[in-house]
Parts: sequence; structure tokens; C-alpha cells
Amino acid sequence: MAAVTDEVLTFDEAMAQYEPVLGFEVHVELNTKTKMFSSAPNGFGDEPNTNVTPVDLGLPGVLPVVNGKAVEYSIKLGLALNCQIAEVCGFARKNYFYPDTPKNFQTSQYDDPIAHDGWLDVELEDGTVFRVEIERAHMEEDAGKLTHQGGASGRIQDAASSLVDYNRAGVPLVEIVTKPITGAGERAAELAKAYVTQIRDIVKNLGISDARMERGNVRCDANVSLMPKGSTVFGTRTETKNVNSTRAVAHAVTYEIQRQAAVLASGGSVTQETRHWQEGTRTTTSGRPKSDADDYRYFPEPDLVPIHTTAEWIERLRAELPEPPAERRKRLQADWGFSDEEFRDVVNAGVLDEIAATIEAGASASAARKWWMGEIARLANLAEKDIAELGVTPADVVEVEALIAEKTINDKLAKQVLGFVADGEGAPRAIVEARSLAVVSDDGALNAAVEAAIAENPGVVDKIKAGKLQAIGALIGPVMKATRGQADAARVREIVMEQLGVSE
Amino acid sequence: MSAITREDVAHLARLAHIRMDENELDKMSGELAFIMDAITSVSEVAGQDVPRTSHPIPLRNVFREDVPSGMLTQEQALAMAPDAEDGQFKVPAILDGE
Repeated sequence: MAAVTDEVLTFDEAMAQYEPVLGFEVHVELNTKTKMFSSAPNGFGDEPNTNVTPVDLGLPGVLPVVNGKAVEYSIKLGLALNCQIAEVCGFARKNYFYPDTPKNFQTSQYDDPIAHDGWLDVELEDGTVFRVEIERAHMEEDAGKLTHQGGASGRIQDAASSLVDYNRAGVPLVEIVTKPITGAGERAAELAKAYVTQIRDIVKNLGISDARMERGNVRCDANVSLMPKGSTVFGTRTETKNVNSTRAVAHAVTYEIQRQAAVLASGGSVTQETRHWQEGTRTTTSGRPKSDADDYRYFPEPDLVPIHTTAEWIERLRAELPEPPAERRKRLQADWGFSDEEFRDVVNAGVLDEIAATIEAGASASAARKWWMGEIARLANLAEKDIAELGVTPADVVEVEALIAEKTINDKLAKQVLGFVADGEGAPRAIVEARSLAVVSDDGALNAAVEAAIAENPGVVDKIKAGKLQAIGALIGPVMKATRGQADAARVREIVMEQLGVSE
Repeated sequence: MSAITREDVAHLARLAHIRMDENELDKMSGELAFIMDAITSVSEVAGQDVPRTSHPIPLRNVFREDVPSGMLTQEQALAMAPDAEDGQFKVPAILDGE
């Protein structure tokens, strides 16, 4: 299939004429120990087709049984989204033929989701609160993972065959569906990012999902349509599938607004279809148009009995909910002593939980903020990832701080270590050992490097001897260079002063 | 008679990936209409106060503990696969999936 480049209007042109209407379907993988309907382990990264039971493979005669823990997690999520919890609900079969689902149907919920009619107050970067109405949150199961092979490009269009791993098939999912969101206007992309970020933070805070978007624990389908400014009649929408980072959600919404605006402005009409997000070009490409195949022939799952909730059960779960995020933020800011601006930066960077966990694990508030908002943020920016998605954990930061405290590494080396952690080389201490990164505080090596620096910089030496101690920095630089940044700067300063016979 | 048309049956057959010839379509649309009528007659005796159900047995809240068990080995999982490679099921490429 040849690459087709769609016409786009600039964002400002699009906004001048049209009002965007958004809708999101966010899938959250729950972190239960077992799957939704089978006792197979719910794991990531295991050998293919080892986390499976006959139920997950859709073998004849098997009987699924609902994971009670997954139901409780779903109710908790519904409560956190201010939803009504259904008194009675059940499962349905969504029938389709594709090898990722060996049963030829996905077990889902149809017209009786476990949670419905909620809302979420989404805070934008400048503190503006935008209320998003939640239509429903329903339970279902994930599909297996397909790897297309054969074609040179690795793209599905060229593939001759596909390999299927059913480890993910049957993993519990909650799908959160919003009502159409109007009125976001030019802040649509920002709202999209903030909404998905907030959902991610909520499920993480609830402890019901690992919430790692880079692993697909939280996945977003973004619906976008446009209507002429002043109209209240929704246009035809597209659904961009599997946008798997908070940044990409913002980009995908922006692109679809610009693309659809160009279609409408030239007198055309938007095709109702799924679109594929292309991370490389930050565009969407045409997928499958809406068709007969979207008639999934839902019917009640005869192998599973209904779920009845009681007020007692729901209230017990409500009592287990963690502190609501807004209240928690107020408390944390006071505990940490961050200014409003510092705290807002932390929240907007999406690292509140990381910093909280880092502090809880023993680091000081200022150290936690320094690393997450400094070097780790810089690395994430370079990698074009969200900070929380970079792969550096609070435990890594605490370990780096410990290495600094015991003078094994200095701040400069710590930055390198964090880079290697982000590259997936392992934990900080192991990296320091494997790469021999420990600071040089061996006086023999440092003395020699200081002597060389003194010999090469007579002008600086004169200044220091004349009492300008701040000039010592000009000698520390060459020593650092000579030791590839591994010198203990404080010790170098002492040695310089010893060798030149000066004191503070 | 219920309105189960020949087109309805052809549509369902297509969705279910069942190939049906002209005679089968005729026969099935008649039979399905008859079955639908029989089922519809239930609503004549069941009033508004009878909740719908998809289960004849009054069971509810049948849950499983969240404890792993009963896993197959990879060899067992793949034993009945028509084709396998690298510990995975191998299937012909299908282009129109999601």
C-alpha cells in the first residue's frame, strides 16, 4: 500500500472554523495475579504460550469462572470515576473472527456495564478544571499478541503469516468510555493528554494496574469529530486506535483535527473509520472503514452467571479506596515544602507518584525533585517520552542517592548512571560496578592529575596563590577531564589547596 | 410470522463465516422465523414483573480466588496446533483485523 499523505490545515485555521468533539476509550489492564476468566497467571514478558490454560485457548468443553478480585478492582475504578455501580450486571459474547481470540469471541459486557454515569474532573496545566463525563466502565478480557512475519517491511499488509502468543489473552481489562466531550476548543489536545494521564494516575494510585503505558497496560482509542463553529450537530468521527503514550494522544488529536478540517473545508466528508497512529510521522493513516463486520452479534454469555452487588460490598470497597488525588496533592505539597510553582511543575511532568515513592523509600524531598525534574526529565525529553515512561524507577533514584551519600559516585557520574538505567542496563549499583564508574578518590591518581593541571595553568595558580580561591574551579575542570569525570570534586579541591599551600 | 428475511439470514451467515447456498437460505429463513415466533410467545405469559434472564438456574456471584493454577506447558498448548514456530501458534496472515 502506497503511503498517502493527507492534506491538513494548520491548527489555527482548523480552530477558526470548527469545534472539535472528543471521545476516549481507555483500556486498563488490571494487575490481578490471574486472568479474568481463567486461573492462568497474568504476567508480562514470559515465554510465549506458557501463561495459558485450556480456557484461554478456547478449547472445547471448558468453563470460564470470573476472577472475583478483578470484579472488585473494577468496582473500585468505577467508584474513583464517580460512577454508579450496577446492582446487577453480566457478561456477553462479542463475536468476531481473528486469530488473537481463539474462542472467536471476546467475553465483554454489553448493555449492563458494571459502572456507568460518572465523571472526572481533569486538571489542565494552568490549573483549569475540565469535567469529563464518563459513560461507562465495563469489564472484558485482553486478546493475544500477534507478530506478523514474512514481509520485508514487517507490516501486516506484506505479511505471509503471523505468530500468536496467548499469554495476554484473557488478561482482565476495564474499558472506560467517555461521553462526547465538547467545549474543549483549542485545548482539545491538552485535555486529551491530561485525561489519559489522570486515568493512568488513578489506576496506579488505586493499585489495580501497573499503569505502564509503554507495556500497553493503559491504551487509548481517541475519537475525534468536528462540527462547524456554532453548530451543535456532531460530525462524522474517526477512531484512532492504540495510541499508547500520553504525548501521542495529544498529537493524534491535533493531527485528526487538522486533517478532518482540511477534508471538510474542501467540501468533502469525513469517512467513519478506524485510523492507525504513526509514531514516526505523528500522523494517522486510514484503517478499516465501518462495515458489516462491526456487527458483533452480542449475546449474553451462557457460561457465566450474573454479578449482583450489594450496598455493603460497595461500601467496603469504597472504604478501601486510597486518598483522592486532589486531597493527596494538597497534603504532599505541604509535607514536601514545595512552592506552588514547583509543585505544579511536578504534577504537570507526571512524576508526582514517582517523587512520592522516592521520598517514601528514604530520599529527601529536594533530592527526589532534583533528579526527577532534572536529569531524568532531560533524558525523557531527549527520548521523547513521558518521564514516568522512561523506565527509571523510584528505587533506582534512591539507590543513586545512596551511592552519592557513600561517595561512590558524584552528581556528574550519577547523571551518567541514570542514563544507563534508562537504557535498560539494570540497577544503579550494578551499573556502577559493571562500568567501573566509581569516583576516583585514590589520592595517588588525583595528586598526579592535580600536578599536571597546576603545571599547565600557571596563570590560574597565580590567582589562587594571590587569594582568589574561586579560581580553584578552573583546575578542577582539567582534573575531571583527566579522570573522565570520576574524580571526587571535593577531594580534588583539598588536594589543590594542599599542593599550593593555601587555605580557606 | 416474525420478519426474518432471506437477507437477514444471508447477513448472519456472512458474519458467522458460514457458507449457505440458495436453498439453505430459503429453508433457514423459514425455520428461523418459526423459532422466533415460538420464543416470542413466551412474552405473552411473562409480564413486566419478570426480569429477563439468560440463565435457567438462579446462581449469582460465582467467583474464583485470584490464585494461579492449571497452566499448560508450551508443548501442551501447541500440541494441537496445525502449525507452530518459536513457541507460538502460526497462522496465515489476516489482513482485515483490527
